[in-house]
Amino acid sequence: MINKTKLFSYVLLLTVGFVFSSQSLATNGDFQNTINQLTTKNLKTKLQVVEAIIDSANSKVEFVLQSLLEGKVYYIKNNKKVVLATKEKKEYLVKELLSGNSLGKFSKHQLKKVGINNRIRQKIKAGLSMLNLKHADETVRLQAVKNTYKDINAVIFKKIETLIQVEDSDKVRDAMLVLMNIYLLNDTDSSVRIKAINDLSGNLEPIVKNKLIKLKDNDQNSEVRIEAEKALKNINSEISFFKNLETVFFGISFGSVLILAAIGLAITFGVMGVINMAHGELIMLGAYTTYVVQLLMPNNIGMSIFAAIPAAFVVSGFVGIIIQTGIIRHLHGRPLETLLATFGVSLVLRQIVRTIFSPLNRAVETPDWMSGAIEINGVLSLTWNRLYIILFCLIVFAALITILKKTSLGLQVRAVSQDRNMARAMGVRSNWVDAMTFGLGSGIAGIAGVALSQLTNVGPNLGQAYIIDSFMVVVFGGVGNLWGTLIGGFGLGVINKFMEPWVGAVLAKVLILIFIILFIQKRPRGLFPQKGRSAGD
Amino acid sequence: MKICKSINSILLVVGLLASSAAFAGDHVIKVGVLHSLSGTMAISETTLKDTMLMLIAEQNKKGGVLGKQLKAVVVDPASNWPLFAEKARGLIEKDKVDVIFGSWTSVSRKSVLPVIEELNSVFFYPVQYEGEESSKNVFYTGAAPNQQAIPAVDYLMNDIGVERWVLAGTDYVYPRTTNKILKAYLKAKGVPSSEIMINYTPFGHSDWQTIVSDIKKFGSVGKKTAVVSTINGDANVPFYKELGNQGISASDIPVVAVSVGEEEISGLDTGPLVGHLAAWNYFMSADAVENDEFIAKWKDFIKDDKRVTNDPMEAHYIGFNMWVKAVEKAGTTEPNAVQDALIGVTTPNLTGGVSAMMPNHHITKPVLIGEIQADGQFEIVSSTDGLVAGDAWSDFLPGSKDLIADWRKPLSCGNYNVKTAKCSGQNY
Repeated sequence: MINKTKLFSYVLLLTVGFVFSSQSLATNGDFQNTINQLTTKNLKTKLQVVEAIIDSANSKVEFVLQSLLEGKVYYIKNNKKVVLATKEKKEYLVKELLSGNSLGKFSKHQLKKVGINNRIRQKIKAGLSMLNLKHADETVRLQAVKNTYKDINAVIFKKIETLIQVEDSDKVRDAMLVLMNIYLLNDTDSSVRIKAINDLSGNLEPIVKNKLIKLKDNDQNSEVRIEAEKALKNINSEISFFKNLETVFFGISFGSVLILAAIGLAITFGVMGVINMAHGELIMLGAYTTYVVQLLMPNNIGMSIFAAIPAAFVVSGFVGIIIQTGIIRHLHGRPLETLLATFGVSLVLRQIVRTIFSPLNRAVETPDWMSGAIEINGVLSLTWNRLYIILFCLIVFAALITILKKTSLGLQVRAVSQDRNMARAMGVRSNWVDAMTFGLGSGIAGIAGVALSQLTNVGPNLGQAYIIDSFMVVVFGGVGNLWGTLIGGFGLGVINKFMEPWVGAVLAKVLILIFIILFIQKRPRGLFPQKGRSAGD
Repeated sequence: MKICKSINSILLVVGLLASSAAFAGDHVIKVGVLHSLSGTMAISETTLKDTMLMLIAEQNKKGGVLGKQLKAVVVDPASNWPLFAEKARGLIEKDKVDVIFGSWTSVSRKSVLPVIEELNSVFFYPVQYEGEESSKNVFYTGAAPNQQAIPAVDYLMNDIGVERWVLAGTDYVYPRTTNKILKAYLKAKGVPSSEIMINYTPFGHSDWQTIVSDIKKFGSVGKKTAVVSTINGDANVPFYKELGNQGISASDIPVVAVSVGEEEISGLDTGPLVGHLAAWNYFMSADAVENDEFIAKWKDFIKDDKRVTNDPMEAHYIGFNMWVKAVEKAGTTEPNAVQDALIGVTTPNLTGGVSAMMPNHHITKPVLIGEIQADGQFEIVSSTDGLVAGDAWSDFLPGSKDLIADWRKPLSCGNYNVKTAKCSGQNY
């Protein structure tokens, strides 16, 4: 039975192979010869080989280019045959590039990778785009059209001219029109140029703008120059509008990071009045928890982030409770000692992490749904990870407000922070409430760590970068006021981002600090000071 | 009588001390290792400490140096710059080491310098740096700007056809000096100021949205644009991530980094980095027998098959072998003799060539440009034809154009002005 199936598949393979080879025997042989030239070390020759591959119009071109791009193309060192290889543990499974027939297993030393550089990569991508113009998927076609904006020439123009007739997607057709108009900007007939300019007016693609600038400066026809200038003015005003919009978005997203980092502190420092210098390290623990969770579920990176949120909350919250019951509780009412002790704790935590995970940064993978951007137009694109973090920040904030306002724990927390003795007299276990509050604040810091692991390095020093910012936001917003933290965080974020292009990132940071120092002089209690008895005067 | 006795006892003590010193000296040669094992710089320097221990163990297996075994004295300056000076003094005065290998940041080297010069020791510095220095006691096995940044710019200009330049760096001495040199170099090549954008960010900067958006805008005027990045360690991850997220790929605007190597990349998700470039004198992917051996030994020593090798490790490998050769040539570990013997010493590097110590205490190295691959390794896309000699004083800065360093007698000067024919004596 087994033998029969084997035999059958063998026969099938043979016939398929025969049909295939009889159809394109000559061309395939030539094609393999072309491909074998990829073994050259000279990158310029290699580029010519790639060009030859693209021009060969062989049915396997797309596959070859894609494999080259993915780095799967190798050659066997002793006979210089170009093959497809995939790594399997310590060995490589080698196949014929064109037929896909297996050639067996090879060791690393027998093979050499066909390396490509940026120029070749660009050529390959352009080649693939040309092939993708007829792809079945609409988004692939759209991207393919957009990729050819830069390399438009007479050949591509002809091709697009025929393709646009059969294109059924409006989006792709629009992009094709833009592409054709870009080409027509160089037409010899000035009326065609003017029409192209008018059709492109309001288009925000950088290449359109550059072409228009060239027309405005160099065109012989004065009418074309005037039209180009008009269109440019139009484009520029739109660009500046979208640039401002982008800056606001940057500011809000930076602000949401600040809020996430600070909101745990707003509870421990704001509500409980504990200066916790180890707050940054609790954030760091959250980020490391994300890393560990990803290690535990390597095949499910997308879900691991969701699993990491509760895990980070528990880990950081637990460490927070230990710090509170072990150290901070015994230093109640002695802020200076608390500051020093928690600073010591932060050093200890950092070194522990360094010992366990090594001082090297750990790679936390970004799930696919969090990378990339939504392109609104040629100027404005909003990155997904930032959008998610803004959303996440608002959810965490809403959850925290609900906990503090609607639950009995929240009621007890507020009671203890307002009047400890009275609360105790009413039967509130103030020690327990303190531990829970600190645990809550620490847990939130851990959640912030999950978010930060998507933006920055996961390393022992992660927390250091955020501790100052966190205190800044809490103090600016008003100690003890969560809404103040929210407004303060967004405010500082937006101010920072509007200043950055003017004065540079270094000075922007300095100016923000100066601003806060001056602000605190005027309003020592921050934006939204606590009123009444809880102000503690 | 009493005086006699006390003199006797003093003599006895001195004799004992001398003999104990001789005793120690007879059996071991002490090698100081001054790398941070805790604090910010531990991320990079711990590896170098391990590299030194491996090299020393290796040498001891071969029978040591001058028939004596080598003994490593490891101290931890904890990423604390003044502590570097203190620990260096301890190594030389207390532990009596004959040579020190150490430091990563320029500021830690500058902190160690006065101590090394005062106590006249031998110091090997393994990291690429901004140049503008040559000390009698320091041997620079890392790259000077003309061995890294300038060839990188040449590659971009000639092979990629870059016309617009973004010089992005972290705000401290190495990027500032390097960018000053690069700007002068670009101007000498006829690039106008309007085509150069310089940007500095604080240490550990993590919010790159605005800067990346600015780079995108700067690069969208239709001329090929590239970024020469002197961004330091940690800040690179969010930078590359943001580039990827805003849709800037290596084929649009390539980034050439001069401080991102295999070790730094091993902590990253390589997705957004593929195709970006780095300029170094060594890549783990270099095709050479010595390199394969070194990598195998390293993985064996560190007992981890996934660990990578990088450029500063190679620098220590070269520096250590040079020192061994020089000590054997001089027949002693006496600092002055070793310093003289070191000049002109040659030793194989890990990229298939032979590096030599130049009279200005810098070495000859090949310059390689690599493209980052998905597996965290570099594909070497360009290398200089021969080896490039390190230049202590840049030819492109007005203040140091006329300066040369030559520690051979009779000149023996790290700062000799060829125009005024004077040695200022200030070497840094």
